[in-house]
Amino acid sequence: MRHICLALCLSVLALPGLAQEIEARKVYPGTGDHSLRIISTADLDVFHPYILAFQKARPDLTVEYSVASSVELYKAIRAEAEYDLALSSAMDLQMQLANDGFAQGYRSTRTDALPDWARWRDLIYAFTAEPAVVVLSTKVLGDRPLPATRQDLINLLRTHPDRFVNAVGTYDVRESGLGYLFATQEARSTDAYWRLSEVMGRLLPRLFCCSSQMVEEVIAGDLALAYNVLGSYASERLARETDDTIRIVRMEDFANVMLRTAIIPANARNTDDAGAMMDWLLEVGLRESADAWPLPPLNKSSAAATTGFGPIRLGPALMIYLDPLNRRAFLEEWENALEQ
Amino acid sequence: MIPQISIGRRLTALLAGVAAVLSLLSWSMVSGLARQAAAQSQDNVLAASATTIAETVRSEQGEVRLELPYSAFSMLGAISEDRVFYKVTAGGTLLTGYADLPAPRADPASGRITFQTEDYLGEAVRTASVRRNVLAGTRAVPVDVTVAQTLGGVRAISGQLSRTAAGLSIAFFIVAVGLSALAARTSLRPLNSFAQAVSRRGPSDLRPLRRDTPSELAPLRSALNRLMDRLGQSIRRSEDFIAEAAHRVRTPLATVRTQAEIALRSAPDADARQRLRQIIRAVDESSRSAGQLLDHATVAFRAEDLAQDRMDLGVLVTQTAAALEPTATMKDIRLELDTAPAHVNGDAVLLDSALRNILDNAIKYSPEETTVRIKVRAAEKTARITVSDDGPGLGDGPARALTGRFCRGSNTEGIIGSGLGLTIAAEVLEAHGGQLDLGPNPEGNGTCVTFVLPSA
Amino acid sequence: MRYLLVEDNAELADSVVKRLAMDGHAVDHALTLADADACLRTARYDLILLDVMLPDGDGRDFLARSRAQIETPVIVLTARAQVSDRVGALNQGADDYITKPFDFSELEARVRAVLRRRGGSARNEITLGTALFDPMSGNLRLGEDNVALRNRETRLLEVFARHPGQTFSKGQLLDRLFSFDADVTENAIEVYVGRLRRQIGPLGLRIETVRGLGYRLETE
Repeated sequence: MRHICLALCLSVLALPGLAQEIEARKVYPGTGDHSLRIISTADLDVFHPYILAFQKARPDLTVEYSVASSVELYKAIRAEAEYDLALSSAMDLQMQLANDGFAQGYRSTRTDALPDWARWRDLIYAFTAEPAVVVLSTKVLGDRPLPATRQDLINLLRTHPDRFVNAVGTYDVRESGLGYLFATQEARSTDAYWRLSEVMGRLLPRLFCCSSQMVEEVIAGDLALAYNVLGSYASERLARETDDTIRIVRMEDFANVMLRTAIIPANARNTDDAGAMMDWLLEVGLRESADAWPLPPLNKSSAAATTGFGPIRLGPALMIYLDPLNRRAFLEEWENALEQ
Repeated sequence: MIPQISIGRRLTALLAGVAAVLSLLSWSMVSGLARQAAAQSQDNVLAASATTIAETVRSEQGEVRLELPYSAFSMLGAISEDRVFYKVTAGGTLLTGYADLPAPRADPASGRITFQTEDYLGEAVRTASVRRNVLAGTRAVPVDVTVAQTLGGVRAISGQLSRTAAGLSIAFFIVAVGLSALAARTSLRPLNSFAQAVSRRGPSDLRPLRRDTPSELAPLRSALNRLMDRLGQSIRRSEDFIAEAAHRVRTPLATVRTQAEIALRSAPDADARQRLRQIIRAVDESSRSAGQLLDHATVAFRAEDLAQDRMDLGVLVTQTAAALEPTATMKDIRLELDTAPAHVNGDAVLLDSALRNILDNAIKYSPEETTVRIKVRAAEKTARITVSDDGPGLGDGPARALTGRFCRGSNTEGIIGSGLGLTIAAEVLEAHGGQLDLGPNPEGNGTCVTFVLPSA
Repeated sequence: MRYLLVEDNAELADSVVKRLAMDGHAVDHALTLADADACLRTARYDLILLDVMLPDGDGRDFLARSRAQIETPVIVLTARAQVSDRVGALNQGADDYITKPFDFSELEARVRAVLRRRGGSARNEITLGTALFDPMSGNLRLGEDNVALRNRETRLLEVFARHPGQTFSKGQLLDRLFSFDADVTENAIEVYVGRLRRQIGPLGLRIETVRGLGYRLETE
């Protein structure tokens, strides 16, 4: 399969081969000579406790944790870089990898316990369900109530453009895989997305690669509002803040719930330990109690209760927006909306 | 040769075989239909997907444009978790999708959908292709849309249905085997009852079978009747033969004996008389031996399939004693009967034969002008005939040994007898589940013979 | 007595006729059942001796067929000794049967038994002096005096009565009185003669001893 040339030329993603941009790497040395190489989109400090806990059970295992953007991760796996486990928040890219044969099957009693919506075949398994949220500073609200819907948000932005000029942040969907996923799914689900985008476009929005940066800027006061931020990051970061003027708002009209997924790459060497890690992640993901893990559990009922919507469906339909023609068309529209 | 397997089992096996074939047939038919139906529904969805994509193809400023609608893939994702591939070409140039996805082998007619099963990325895929001609600038460009999906879902569905069908077929088979066994048993019932009717018959019942039988058994019945008829004829012939043989032997013996008696009347000297007496005794002895051998053979023959007629021993004893009365009178021997009703089940002919032999002995060995006492008594579980005489007794040998074949007591010289009498009686009683007791007469110096038989 | 002998074996028939004649019986002989029918139509018999196997049929079938017309007692002569045959013969109307070869004294005993069962026959009484002797029953009568003889005594007296004035040796008497299967000495004859003398003496009958020759019955 390796030698088959896939002409799926995603214009943005089609970058030359093996030179991935690894943002951070950390090795957790074990006592034995086995090592497990993980590539992930989750920041090191977010995932750190998971690795420590896993290593407590497997002290012999050396864990090598590399952080990359979802696009870089996708490219790395496609270029057959040697990783044993790939954890990504970009469901569509993971889906494309699995569909195109870059993931290998894995089954255990753990995976069998997963609900159907949290897996695709025996290739992709979800271990968190993370909603997209709005983070905003209440200072800009004045006497207005917290916006509950996109329409509220549009009204707020239109009423007080002065408060938001240069102070609205969102994903640069051209660079962020997750941002692109959120944007396409939202555009598919609600027409308010484009209206909101146009409103934001007039306010000279600032574009980001990652949720964490947006949250930091809101906390720093440089941003009044960050749209489509990963709720998990925001909660985790804000829990460390004392400033109660910053609020996490979940949209009630529609909210994306992203599933963070894991695949075992087709060329993985240490599949046994990758499977063990997968099982362990699923065990944490399926936990009933709201333990103090940085990432929220899969628990569908809680996700459904807080957002009113199910998570983004795993399946080949996710690949639709990755099609170069579709992507070009979507980005054109997006750029028209946001870069006025 | 026909193997000795029961017809019931063979019939069951045959019917079960038919059921197995039917089960297999229905299973393969259902499986085939399931496969077909699953493949058909996949084809339908693939066609819908390709058509949906093709419908978005348009020309903008001389350029062919299209967008993949979300539904084109979501409908494929809805039917199964199969991998999806696609490819759109315009005039042979790739527009988007997987470049190496196999294209339709023949140019599809516009608007018509062609399906193919191909191998792609190491897996079998089903492809649906549709062509649409788009006017790009001044010329019409054929746009081919191909959507492919792996066959896992179809196989899973048809496999599932096939397993269900297999389960049903096995269940059908099991039920059919049960019913087959039942049917076999039911259809063999007339045969069994026919066999019972034959086996219930007495040993000498050779009358033709008259019972109604199913038409299939009619040949068996008539064959059996013919066989019994022939058997009956054969038995009659051999009986006639024995009678003829006995007649042929015994008639000349009778002539000899009579002539000897006549000669004895007129023989003057003692030597001649002595010789004539010896002739007569030899004749008597051979005749008696022949009779007893025949009796003995009769016992052996009839004991194999003993008749179980209910009878009163008292009546039997009275009749048998009456037949021997003249012989006893010749010696002025009195036969003293003391009978009470005593019922037993058995063969009257054999019991008569046994008693006759014993009485014959008693009369023969008893001195003149004595009494032979015959007593019949019934106890709770046994019926007894006691024959006691005032004869010389049993001698010194063990009583049991006397009932052995051709044994005679040590003190019977001068009396004609083959020694089979006691043996015959003992065998008859044994065949009836009884026994013959021999002992000294407690009321005199003779012998006491007791028949012990189970009461009826 | 008058017998009808139905027997297809001429030699046997001849000897039987001869043997019975020695005892003073008249015997007609029929070779076939047809002959027997003819005889029965023309004469009356005291007893029929019937063979079973005859050229023109089975004696037992003849018996069963003609039993209604014939009142004469029948003793079947059979070569078969089997019990079932004996029973068969009696069931078909025979009064008794006797198996070939037969002892004539047994035959006579059976004839007597049959005739006794049939009610006796006065015609067979023999006059001995002033007394009447019935060899069938062993009865000896003189006026009111009645003597019942035992079988041996009756037989002994019958021998003398049927041959008036004849002297019989002990050997001759032995042969006539006893079966041949018993070893009886001539002393036994002396015993029986002695007993008969004591029985018949009061009726005026005497058995003389003829020295060296034997015994003779004196009726005067």
